[in-house]
Amino acid sequence: MSESVLKISNVNKTFGGLKALTDINLNIEKGKVHAIIGPNGAGKSTLLNVIIGLLEPDTGEVLFDNKDVIGKQAHEINQMGLVRVFQTPEIFTDLSLLENVMIPALAKRDGSFKFKIFRDLADEKDIMNEAVDILASIGMEDKMHNMSGSMSRGDKRRLELAMCLIQHPKLLLLDEPTAGMARHDTNQTIELLKKIKEGGMTKIIIEHDMHVVFSVADTISVLARGKIIATGTPDEIKGNPIVQEAYLGGGE
Amino acid sequence: MKIEKKRSDLFIMAIFTIVILSMPVWLSPLGANYPDLLQKFAIFGIFAIGYNILFGLTGYLSFGHAIFIGVGSYTAVWSFKLLSMNVLPAIVFGTLFAGIIAALVGYVSLRRSGIYFSILTLAFAQMFYNLAYSVLTPLTNGETGLTIAAGDPRVLDRLFSDVATGGGLPSTELFGISMSGYSGFYFTAVLLILAFFISLKIFNSPFGLKLKAIKSNQHRMKYTGYNTRPYLVTAFIISGMFAGLAGSLMAVTDPLAGAERMQWTASGEVVLMTILGGVGTLYGPLLGVAIIKYLENIFSAVNEATLHGFFSFLPQWLNDTMVVVVSPFVGEGWHLTLGLMFMIVVIFLPGGVTEGFQKIKNRFTKNKEQEKLKQGGE
Repeated sequence: MSESVLKISNVNKTFGGLKALTDINLNIEKGKVHAIIGPNGAGKSTLLNVIIGLLEPDTGEVLFDNKDVIGKQAHEINQMGLVRVFQTPEIFTDLSLLENVMIPALAKRDGSFKFKIFRDLADEKDIMNEAVDILASIGMEDKMHNMSGSMSRGDKRRLELAMCLIQHPKLLLLDEPTAGMARHDTNQTIELLKKIKEGGMTKIIIEHDMHVVFSVADTISVLARGKIIATGTPDEIKGNPIVQEAYLGGGE
Repeated sequence: MKIEKKRSDLFIMAIFTIVILSMPVWLSPLGANYPDLLQKFAIFGIFAIGYNILFGLTGYLSFGHAIFIGVGSYTAVWSFKLLSMNVLPAIVFGTLFAGIIAALVGYVSLRRSGIYFSILTLAFAQMFYNLAYSVLTPLTNGETGLTIAAGDPRVLDRLFSDVATGGGLPSTELFGISMSGYSGFYFTAVLLILAFFISLKIFNSPFGLKLKAIKSNQHRMKYTGYNTRPYLVTAFIISGMFAGLAGSLMAVTDPLAGAERMQWTASGEVVLMTILGGVGTLYGPLLGVAIIKYLENIFSAVNEATLHGFFSFLPQWLNDTMVVVVSPFVGEGWHLTLGLMFMIVVIFLPGGVTEGFQKIKNRFTKNKEQEKLKQGGE
């Protein structure tokens, strides 16, 4: 069995009387794209918040890279190498595209705090080249001095992905990467996800759009009513009668 | 790959230095070339430049920066009393001590953001005002204000010279150069240039970019791996130290410090200056200072007699009406004019005067481009 990047063991979480997560056990293997799917209210967001340390589970353990993430702050989790893409693209809308990708590159190099004012941004050649390269990889290098606020949602998503990728994360966490997108933007995002899949980066995709999941994931876990009811390859999941009953049969 | 690199820092600094040092020359047609006013420009310039590093870059609106003006002033006067009439220790201690107080105030206030941050700074401003006005009377001399006296120890001065202090009150000096009149202005101007240089470096540095990014999306910043609080506290301390320097320079101009300098309205004034000039821009705050201080100087000097003179070309009844209408806006009531001006700018030019310049510039460049297009078409 290959090395695991994220290990979730026996996680339980209750809100009031409601059991949001029951006995969650998950192993995210290195280099794999692992999708977590489930109908609305299955506990996807709760699980996500547990993984990024925002919610403390009642019981259980979340180990990222063999280190405990529970109780860690957002910037600490990022510095450990777990980088997150948001449901609605979160970018720096008042800054240029180039600045948007330079900021995460600086965070990767300089850590969570650095006070140094007698070196100009323009002298950070390495960071700047890296930033231009990553913008080129998403086809935006000719727009790098534009402000990012006026871009379409799909473009914002691609920029946000570039901001995450420039940090070379050990694990990239995507929360419904195509939520609220038009068909065209969704397809473009899937293409981009496929492209970065080849890089061998470990990823978790939380999604309810089947179309997206089946085309990019190596492994799929199905969450229903706070429990993981099945884990397997896309083909296994498609053929699994329990999954079909809980999810596929019910809705789409 | 083409990356534009700006190597114009030196150029900007050279122009800025020339403009500031030649102020007595080019301001003379405006009748604003006397040292007192010039020094006021420079001091408030330092205050506003520093304030802009916090408010302009991070977007955190503080109503407490008058605290640091006050702390700087009191520290400077104590330095004049205990150490020396030399202004160097006064401004060094004033700046440093304001920095320490800013660290305390900033550490607590920055636990919250947005409106809650502003309210916390306002609460601090009120507390410090009351401390200065009554509680700490032994240190601040309460409502009378702290002044120098002939009998003060002035340890350093007495160590190096045995000047008899029988005469009047000593005046502030820099190694023998009196700090009144033009020499006082040039001393302040050099510090203003230095302050501007630091601000320019911050604007161009990765640190400055990160502050702008915090203003743009603090949530994203945290998930990008930045611990945002130390950044904010650092920006708060820097702006507090600039304010402390400005406060100690006020004491250099006139060696006394009073609690009224710490009233929150004084913090409000720097907010007005920054917004009027253009918040978050390098030059905007300075423009704001120049406009407000110059107009204050003009409008507050006008009285009814001058108004009658001004409207003397009108028939008597109209003259009287005009004076009645206009007089509330001048002299003591000049703040009414300021308020109106501020409203007009915020409503029509939310980016301040700087945005106005930018708009005019854009219009010109656009016209040129259109001309080029036309010529190309022919």
